[in-house]
Amino acid sequence: MTQWIDICSVDDLQPNSGVCALVNNQQVAIFYFPNEDKIYAIGNYDPIGKANVLSRGMVGDINGEPVVASPLFKQHFSLQSGRCLEQDEQVPCYSVRVHDDRIELAEKN
Amino acid sequence: MGVKKTLVVIGNGMVGQNFLETLVASSAYADYQVVTFCEEPRVAYDRVHLSEYFSGKSADDLSLVERGFFENNNITLHLGDRAVRIDRDKKQVLSQKGERIAYDKVVIASGSYPFVPPMPGHDRDGCLVYRTIEDLEAITGAAKKAKTGVVVGGGLLGLEAAKALTDLGLDTHVVEFAPRLMAVQLDEGGAAMLRSKIEALGVMIHTSKNTQKIVDGDQAIHKMCFADGEELETDIVLFSAGIRPRDDIARESFLEVGQRGGIVIDNQCLTSDSDIYAIGECALWNNQIFGLVAPGYQMARTVVAHLEEKEAAFLGSDMSTKLKLMGVDVASIGDAHAKTQGALVYTYQDGSSEIYKRIVVSEDKKSLLGAVLVGDSAGYGTLLQYCLNGIELPENPDALILPSRSDESVGLGPDALPSTAQICSCHDVSKGQVCEAITAGCQDMGALKSETKAATGCGGCTALLKSVLDCELDKLGFEVNTDICEHFSHTRQDLYNLVMVDEIKTFDELLTSHGRGRGCEVCRQAVGSILASYWNEYVLEKQHLGVQDTNDVYLANMQKDGTYSIVPRVTGGEITPDMLIALGEVGKAYGLYTKITGGQRVDLFGAQINQLPAIWNELIAVGFESGHAYGKSLRTVKSCVGSTWCRFGLDDSVGLAIELENRYKGLRAPHKIKMAVSGCTRECAEAQSKDIGVIATEHGWNLYVCGNGGMKPRHADLFATNLDKETLIKYIDRVLTFYVRTADRLQRTSVWMENMEGGLDYLKSVVIEDRLNSCEQLEQQMEYVIETYQCEWKTTLENPEHQKRFRHFVNSEQSDERVVFVEERGQVRPANEQEREQLVVMQPMEDA
Ligand code: SRM
Ligand SMILES: Cc1cc2nc3c(=O)[nH]c(=O)nc-3n(C[C@H](O)[C@H](O)[C@H](O)COP(=O)(O)OP(=O)(O)OC[C@H]3O[C@@H](n4cnc5c(N)ncnc54)[C@H](O)[C@@H]3O)c2cc1C
Ligand code: SF4
Ligand code: FES
Repeated sequence: MTQWIDICSVDDLQPNSGVCALVNNQQVAIFYFPNEDKIYAIGNYDPIGKANVLSRGMVGDINGEPVVASPLFKQHFSLQSGRCLEQDEQVPCYSVRVHDDRIELAEKN
Repeated sequence: MGVKKTLVVIGNGMVGQNFLETLVASSAYADYQVVTFCEEPRVAYDRVHLSEYFSGKSADDLSLVERGFFENNNITLHLGDRAVRIDRDKKQVLSQKGERIAYDKVVIASGSYPFVPPMPGHDRDGCLVYRTIEDLEAITGAAKKAKTGVVVGGGLLGLEAAKALTDLGLDTHVVEFAPRLMAVQLDEGGAAMLRSKIEALGVMIHTSKNTQKIVDGDQAIHKMCFADGEELETDIVLFSAGIRPRDDIARESFLEVGQRGGIVIDNQCLTSDSDIYAIGECALWNNQIFGLVAPGYQMARTVVAHLEEKEAAFLGSDMSTKLKLMGVDVASIGDAHAKTQGALVYTYQDGSSEIYKRIVVSEDKKSLLGAVLVGDSAGYGTLLQYCLNGIELPENPDALILPSRSDESVGLGPDALPSTAQICSCHDVSKGQVCEAITAGCQDMGALKSETKAATGCGGCTALLKSVLDCELDKLGFEVNTDICEHFSHTRQDLYNLVMVDEIKTFDELLTSHGRGRGCEVCRQAVGSILASYWNEYVLEKQHLGVQDTNDVYLANMQKDGTYSIVPRVTGGEITPDMLIALGEVGKAYGLYTKITGGQRVDLFGAQINQLPAIWNELIAVGFESGHAYGKSLRTVKSCVGSTWCRFGLDDSVGLAIELENRYKGLRAPHKIKMAVSGCTRECAEAQSKDIGVIATEHGWNLYVCGNGGMKPRHADLFATNLDKETLIKYIDRVLTFYVRTADRLQRTSVWMENMEGGLDYLKSVVIEDRLNSCEQLEQQMEYVIETYQCEWKTTLENPEHQKRFRHFVNSEQSDERVVFVEERGQVRPANEQEREQLVVMQPMEDA
């Protein structure tokens, strides 16, 4: 069964932007698109820039796929799959849900 | 390899130097040992832009010779030595200093000298000419003690000299023998229009005046007496009454010279001796002297081709010219005087805008023979192409000069030009060559210019070159796609205008009304910057968060390990000891690495995101403000110490730098903006490498624009001279707002300028002459930005809601454990991978 972990309130999220959460000692980047009421979560560690920064990148989409651009060297990571669009890299991906105005995360399997 | 032959080049002026460069690049170069005589104390310089010496260019700036050119190409240079005779029997060139060079071939490029009418008094002290740098030095010297100046001669050069005298602050007169100005190039109507425009600038023009003698003056140093009995008193007389070829050496050497001077040459530029060529202004071809650089360069190419044993001929040259005289556009093409049999003339005159245009067409109205344009020379490129390439005229040729009142375009698209059409006459670049370079990959103006050399001479062909480029790119199927990204089918400038016209205040609004999708880091950053430039709202408001770039979003610069650096503003680089101590204390308290930046301030590195508000709290408490080192906005205004302390300083450069920095701080722009102010021409603040540079002069401030250090350094262009502070600031306001409005995203002012159609002159016409009728608006917008300035860090600290974002985790107070420092030279720095592994392994062991 999926293990949902309580993270923060919806208010703590930043619109069209990211925040970082500590989940089981892992850093997770959570992105919030209020216009579509969508929330995505992927690993915060940028394997190319080698720093915990993805939550601080700019978001948007490329051909419809929601992405974040790394703030260090601007590679795009898919928010749906964690896949890097320019290089052969992959970051972890998490499921997100809103429960009573609280954000909850779960590892994707 | 055989023994090299010796080639002697007499004269290292514009054409002599061009010849050397062309030769070095040719296959003939391998066969010759080259020796050149340069009579002047310095090697070739740009006479065409000589007048810029008065507006601040140095002799070095004007030089045409690349450093090391002679050494690297093994050319023997005899500087400051004049060749006096060619001993054609012994085949030796003799010089004034006693050199004797045995030659196989000689090229004479001795140029010309200013003609001074031999009236009594012409050689009085203070009677000067205008051709060399030494002449200009003499003029500047004489002007110091003078109030009035008279230029004798109202031709092209005379008017340029008159401009120089007005710039030197003299009451200026022009005395012309003929009944009109620029008699060679202009017809009566054009000359009359030019005259009224120049008189409006305060220059007194006297035509049909025959100077008989110059004697002692009563109020001034000289008195000029004219044949009609009138007199004119003046302190300086500057002769600009035409040029005469320097054919002295040809006469000494018994070469054939023309009746009225000039070394006679044939189509191969050979003189009457088949081992001696003559090129440039000293040469007489078909009884004609050519007083422009382009024909001289053409002759140089002809000689090189001849030396290479290729076929080439000089068959005369087009003498069309386009220039700006005292700010007035003037152009003359081909048979301006309608001397051709049966020629028909169309004239258009607009008294209110002071525009005069005339075209001369053939009897059958099929081809253009000549044209005169005064006040508006925009049509020059098109008309010249009709004329040079014999392109058939439209049915109503007058459409070419009538102002277009319908959408019908009469301009000649670059497509209509044959591939042999000459695009750049200075460097003889044809449309074919341009197209080849484009196909080979030169797909912007910068690349095209450096590959073909087109548009790097007088610059007159820039607009035409750009239109050929655009047209070819289009044909190559490079959809010149100017869309900013997949989310908007607009350019940055379009988006700017939409924001302005529709009063759009957020990215979401713009995306909903004019875009699609969610946006991306490209359009978000661009729109974020536009909104910030135009509305100047606090950038971290919720609705603007998603459009802030990496650094803006935390008001600090992200480093490689995800920590931040902090750069407080130090206006003009001036800082009190107390403020320095305060910086040191903050650095110490938070364990930050400190470094002096290249922008005269202090950078504090290694702050974690959650430390930023606390650090800024301390900095603001002692009086620091955000330095905007993170923004595409004004960075620093660098200063030199200036007149307050420096023995050479002419004005208070620190004071002005501080004033400018306080004025423009916080201004968001397409890219960062840097400025500097120097107290004198020694330029210790390096103002000419900045977007906006200011240098103090004896009479005010010189303004330079669009310089750049960085990846592709560019010397700033001199924009205006000797400004008072008020005008200076007005101009800077306008230039900056115009940049903010029209530049592309992430385009520094240097690249913006390189891509601007019409270049510096265009920018001047917008900012100084208000060509777009926009100056008031530009200034108002700047005023608005200045009024709404805020220190973003102060605003952030005033509201706890804004600070919520400054923590590493939303659900924990911890900081990022991956940030690991080691010590180096007494300060911290990020650990490298190897050090990190060791440290991380070591830490648990210590725990144990
Ligand atoms: C700190 C400093 C170097 C130093 O230790 O001295 C610096 C550091 C950075 N420079 Fe610089 N530049 C610094 C002076 C300069 C200068 C010299 C100057 O301003 O006199 C230049 C050349 C002058 C110029 O800009 O024309 C300079 C040309 C660049 C460029 C190339 C810009 C260009 O148009 O070619 C970049 C890249 C860019 O902006 O796209 C750049 C970008 C950067 C960035 C922002 C790169 C980045 O994104 O991480 C660096 C981060 C700054 C930080 O973390 O605080 N920096 N940089 C200097 C800060 C000056 C200040 O007080 O604000
Ligand atoms: C103020 C000004 C503005 C101008 N504007 C324009 C313009 O806008 N467009 C344009 O096309 N043209 C312009 N011209 C004209 C242009 O400068 C000349 O056409 C060009 O310089 C001619 O080159 P040249 O090499 O033949 O002569 P120069 O450049 O005069 O060079 C000749 C050199 O040879 C030297 N010399 C002479 N005799 C000897 C000897 N016996 N031994 C050694 N050295 C010798 C001279 O001292 C001189 O240095 C302008 C000229 C001036 C003065
Ligand atoms: S630029 Fe001139 S005034 Fe300024 S410090 Fe240097 S020498 Fe002195
Ligand atoms: S025509 Fe002078 S630079 Fe091209």
